[in-house]
Amino acid sequence: MTWTWFHRLGSPPYIYRLAGRLTPWFAWSAAALIVGGLFGGLLLAPPDYQQGDGFRILYVHAPTAWLSLMVYTWMGVAAAVGLIWRIKVAHALAAACAPVGASFTAVALATGSLFGKPMWGTWWVWTPRLTSELLLLFLYLGYMGLRASFDDIQRADRASAVLAVVGIVNVPIVHYSVVWWNDLHQGSSLSLAGKDTIALSMLVPLLVCLLGFTLYFGAIVLVRLRAEILLRERAAAWIREVLA
Amino acid sequence: MSPTPPEPTAPLTALRLVIARDLMLAFRRPEELIHPLAFFVLVTALFPLSLGPEPSTLRVIAPGVLWVAALLAALLALDFLFRDDAQDGTLEQFALSGQSLTGLLLGKTAAHWLLTGVPLSVMAPLMGYTLGVPASASLGIMATVALGSLALSFIGSIGAALTLGARRGGVLLSILILPLAAPILIFGSRATELAIRGEAYLAPMELLGAIVVLSFTLAPLAAAAAVRISLE
Repeated sequence: MTWTWFHRLGSPPYIYRLAGRLTPWFAWSAAALIVGGLFGGLLLAPPDYQQGDGFRILYVHAPTAWLSLMVYTWMGVAAAVGLIWRIKVAHALAAACAPVGASFTAVALATGSLFGKPMWGTWWVWTPRLTSELLLLFLYLGYMGLRASFDDIQRADRASAVLAVVGIVNVPIVHYSVVWWNDLHQGSSLSLAGKDTIALSMLVPLLVCLLGFTLYFGAIVLVRLRAEILLRERAAAWIREVLA
Repeated sequence: MSPTPPEPTAPLTALRLVIARDLMLAFRRPEELIHPLAFFVLVTALFPLSLGPEPSTLRVIAPGVLWVAALLAALLALDFLFRDDAQDGTLEQFALSGQSLTGLLLGKTAAHWLLTGVPLSVMAPLMGYTLGVPASASLGIMATVALGSLALSFIGSIGAALTLGARRGGVLLSILILPLAAPILIFGSRATELAIRGEAYLAPMELLGAIVVLSFTLAPLAAAAAVRISLE
């Protein structure tokens, strides 16, 4: 078995074309799953016996909250790969992830606060989980701020990669804060190991939404990755061939 | 007879020399030592001014006030951790010296803690006293602030190194470091609160100690990587 397929992943022209080919697949399957999941979640699933229809924001809140963490992990892994093996495409991927992840974090905070108003009677409570999510937003903003403060794109790549790898430490803290400080925030409804605390008719649309939003992230990040590659390689000859 | 090449300096000696150098430089410009302390006292004094001098209120908020003020003062001082040495080329010489850059930065960070963290931890019980904290809690406050500022110095050294080549480094440094410093604040103020109430504060201190160990072992590596990037 040869490793040429792996080495090709470091080649900007190859990735540029591959991302272009993959984007429609991600986008269309994401659209189908999100529409299906939201239909199941908003119309088919029964109202919750305690929370009524208010729980339905879960179908947006949970996927965005999950993605806010997952995107950061992706960003950190891509940054580490770029830092260690000096792969430009990996840095471009990390740079493409950051604004998407920040948006998901902001949406998770906004939907969480919309959920909190009818459930807890307040838009915001300083629970550790909300606080950690807010801190995650600032980690994203700090990453983007650090990138923006360098003129040289390669220095921006490498400096922000160090920050992303350091920030990865915070991702488990956000996650385990639910375990460490048990408080107002309801525990996670999903777990792979234990018994799920959610009815099947509610769970299936949630899982469909989760997958749909994840594929949506894939589609967006591929588009952004292409833009990042164009920006970095604008002097290269192959760009002119592609755009011609 | 050709002269024998000089023996390379042992890593621990180099570490000691870096610490001694930074301490000497700082004591020749003592006003820079005073600034973080003055800032700490001022920020602490803002709370009685804004909330009123009621001792019962002040005693309740004392742990939070002391910790936020100490965090901000330490953050203010972090901005100067590498800046002078980056400007006059010392960091470049460090990187070229053949010594481990990680080790040398560890020394610089330790010196920084001796110059800011230790004075802050001495000042904290005094300011706590003005907020109505009993004098019996002094030792506990001192220990928690000393330990927390040590962790902050290490984590902050990453941010200080990352922002070396950046425009508007100061504000950026706070945005980079404060989210990462949140666990220090949580455990530190918790330990201080317990110490003020006269209860056992060892549990949050141990978590703080764990953060110190983690940052002590990993932060100098990241800071060295960041300094190398800034020298490119």
